[in-house]
Amino acid sequence: MARNLYGSRTQPNGSMELLAWYFMRISGIVLLLMAVTHFAIMHIFRDSQTIDYAWVAARFSSPIWRTYDIILLFLAMIHGMNGVRYVVDDYIHHQGLRVLALSVLYTISLTLLIYGMVGILTFTPQLQSF
Amino acid sequence: MNVKFKIKRYNPEVDKEPHYETYEVELEPTDRALDGLNAVKWKIDGTLSYRRSCAHGVCGSDAMRINGKNRLACKVLIKDLKQPILIEPLLGLKVIKDLIVDMEPFFAKYRSVKPFLINNDEPGTRERKQSQAEVDKYEEATKCILCASCTTSCPSFWANGQYLGPAALVAAYRFIFDTRDQATDERLDIADKQMGVWRCRTIFNCVEACPRDINITRAIGKVKKEIMFNKM
Repeated sequence: MARNLYGSRTQPNGSMELLAWYFMRISGIVLLLMAVTHFAIMHIFRDSQTIDYAWVAARFSSPIWRTYDIILLFLAMIHGMNGVRYVVDDYIHHQGLRVLALSVLYTISLTLLIYGMVGILTFTPQLQSF
Repeated sequence: MNVKFKIKRYNPEVDKEPHYETYEVELEPTDRALDGLNAVKWKIDGTLSYRRSCAHGVCGSDAMRINGKNRLACKVLIKDLKQPILIEPLLGLKVIKDLIVDMEPFFAKYRSVKPFLINNDEPGTRERKQSQAEVDKYEEATKCILCASCTTSCPSFWANGQYLGPAALVAAYRFIFDTRDQATDERLDIADKQMGVWRCRTIFNCVEACPRDINITRAIGKVKKEIMFNKM
């Protein structure tokens, strides 16, 4: 394996880091707007105690809200995952441990992403039963 | 006035671990921390080791942690410091003895950004002229005295010694934004590495530490932007 001046592994090219940096900035701005809107709808304009199946079902009958939630889910998950990746890269220097930590991180993130997607996309409102 | 110093001492030939020692010296309130260290060395303990050269904030050799902050010992006045004055070597670099750290990794990073003008045109017989606006773009970065206060105050650098660090990136900035320089792409490639600008987490410790008041985080941010505009 190629070693550099300091005896460590050769640095990966930074192009992915540029994209990650760019994504963090853009998603950060979008998340600020979308997450605040989400929070306002769920907790300010509506008391979170009164959110029930019927309300969610009515909301999810509109594709606009499903799209909104999918975008929110993707941006938040990837933004958060990348933030944790930065921390892992910064503080876990042992190669094996770093790969292990990143593998766990990616597995959890992907699982939650798929779980959330399945929830949003396959939800079928059954208004009549309530 | 009577001034107390608490200094981190380490002599690898004798000590297993670094330890703190306290000294009391007579100083004027308008004396500098460096005068205090000199008083300790000249009057109490000649084995105390630290670097100093010009003693007027220009050479950058006496950067150290003073009361937990990276400062040039020759630029801080005793009256501005809480006692006992805690003096420690810079963090993130190997201590050779007492307050002297091994600067070689720091300078190796500095050299890696090619901190010199690269221009393959015929030099001609006149200077290469620039407008004031062109000079203004990078002039601030030319003030760097390579004291390493910024790099050794950076948590990203503490966490990962491979990171190029603020000082090297300021040097890269100085030439990237110099219209006379022709190696912009090469330098942007050097900065655009995982251990380059992308390790900067905009913590601003470097800006706080810089004895030359260079807005380092802003400079690194501008290099990030330049890479973005060049590659996206």
